[in-house]
Amino acid sequence: MGPAEIRDEIIDILSEIAPDEDLSDLDDEKSFREQMELDSMDFLDIVMELRKRHRVQIPEEEYGELASMSSTVRYLEPKMADI
Amino acid sequence: MYDTIIIGAGMSGLAAGIRLAHYDQKVCILEKHWTIGGLNSFYRLAGRDFDVGLHAVTNFTPPGTKKGPLARLLRQLRFKWEDFELSPQLGSAIAFPGVRLGFTNDIDFLRSEIRRAFPGEVDNFERMLTLLADYDDLNQDNFGGSAREFLQDTLGDALLIEMLLCPLMWYGNARQDDMDFGQFCIMFRSIFLEGFARPYKGVRLILKHLVRRFRALGGELKLRSGVERIQTDGDRALGVILEDGTVIEGKRILSSAGIIETQRLCDDLTEQAIDRSGQLTFIESISVLDRQPKELGFGDTIVFFNDSDKFHWQRPESSLCDTRTGVICSPNNYAYPNDLGQLDEGVIRLTTIADFDSWSGLDDAEYQRQKMWWYDRSVASAVRFMPDFRGHVIATDIFTPKTIRRFTSHQNGAVYGAPDKKLDGTTHLRNLFLCGTDQGFVGIIGAIVSGISMANMHCLRDV
Repeated sequence: MGPAEIRDEIIDILSEIAPDEDLSDLDDEKSFREQMELDSMDFLDIVMELRKRHRVQIPEEEYGELASMSSTVRYLEPKMADI
Repeated sequence: MYDTIIIGAGMSGLAAGIRLAHYDQKVCILEKHWTIGGLNSFYRLAGRDFDVGLHAVTNFTPPGTKKGPLARLLRQLRFKWEDFELSPQLGSAIAFPGVRLGFTNDIDFLRSEIRRAFPGEVDNFERMLTLLADYDDLNQDNFGGSAREFLQDTLGDALLIEMLLCPLMWYGNARQDDMDFGQFCIMFRSIFLEGFARPYKGVRLILKHLVRRFRALGGELKLRSGVERIQTDGDRALGVILEDGTVIEGKRILSSAGIIETQRLCDDLTEQAIDRSGQLTFIESISVLDRQPKELGFGDTIVFFNDSDKFHWQRPESSLCDTRTGVICSPNNYAYPNDLGQLDEGVIRLTTIADFDSWSGLDDAEYQRQKMWWYDRSVASAVRFMPDFRGHVIATDIFTPKTIRRFTSHQNGAVYGAPDKKLDGTTHLRNLFLCGTDQGFVGIIGAIVSGISMANMHCLRDV
């Protein structure tokens, strides 16, 4: 997967977690927490969905990499390159 | 071999089951009873549907709200706000002799009531709200401490303190007399800052959604499957033995049976090592009326009453019940959508503090007689704070601490479980965890959040 596909996948996960959220004007540089008021449970869900859908393992100490869309895509690129 | 065995198909067990099954675990929920729901179950009697415990779903927040337990659980379980069909309350009250504080799902109304009844406390009340806003219910460090001391330091008026504590203790305090500070903050938010609501069809609607989702995700639910023992080996649980002798193995066990009840199931613990159980239990009567409560002049959703300036939150010492305080609830008095209209019949529910030992010591005939006697006594106490509905009752049902014990398995029929909560859900065994009442959160929304958070914390991360 390339960066654009990874971004689409994250959008899909976010829309599953927060179906009422309008994600069309998401600012990739701003944190999810700030824009969507996600809490620690929601971040666990992003991690778990990536594991469920793509067998991507994210160690707990690296959850912080998932702060915004651009940092998430950057972090996942090497992990999802072969998917 | 299951990834997780869950004990109890109440709100917390079902919610945990959904989380784990969603993430592809092999999960089995074991329920002792022939039906689901635990304390929040439902039944049918003489052609009528009743809820066991439900007065109101607390923690109500309107659609689109992003913060708070309701929003959190909808996201975690992938439900839409509309799925729970919650209709907000019309308005409730705390009634003490000569003074009444109304409250709704809008905190500004309580503010105005405090200004009216306790004008000298307006600034203190605001200061208290600011302090409560800082409490984080996902962080357990500040949970302990006395709510009474906090209130005495913050508010000046002793009567106002008693009046604020009354509904909060009634709806979720397992401790006698005082309340843990964290529990106070959680209850204050769930009742005064968020609020009350109810699905038109009652608790069965929420349970139906939970169980349907759990099954659709491949979860297994076994009814009439009481756990006899939890088998252990060193610091680990191996699995459970059911009352009929069936052995079920699991990598981990999540129990909603309660701290003491779960400890008693473990084959490695002696009676001395077991925690103390809760003491607070209730009788509850349901009166079906020949008209809507509103037509009798009763428009409140819930009234918490107490007949003196001091609120006594204690197990009755030498009596089956203590009728000095109680909770009156009418499921009719919610703002149901127009297309559903009003419930067919008027209903008044009344909750009264009771003593488990006294009730369980009665023989059958005396038990039936005492149920009728205490129905009369408790209703006579309640009608001091509401219009007298006694001439309009066409059917009644009463449940006692024995009923609560049967539905929940809690020792002493303790509605809110043990006084000492295990907020992190851990036990003496590495792979046995608690969820539900004794983990700390109460109420329907609280129980669901408990199941979710314990599943997340203990059952998902190490897979």
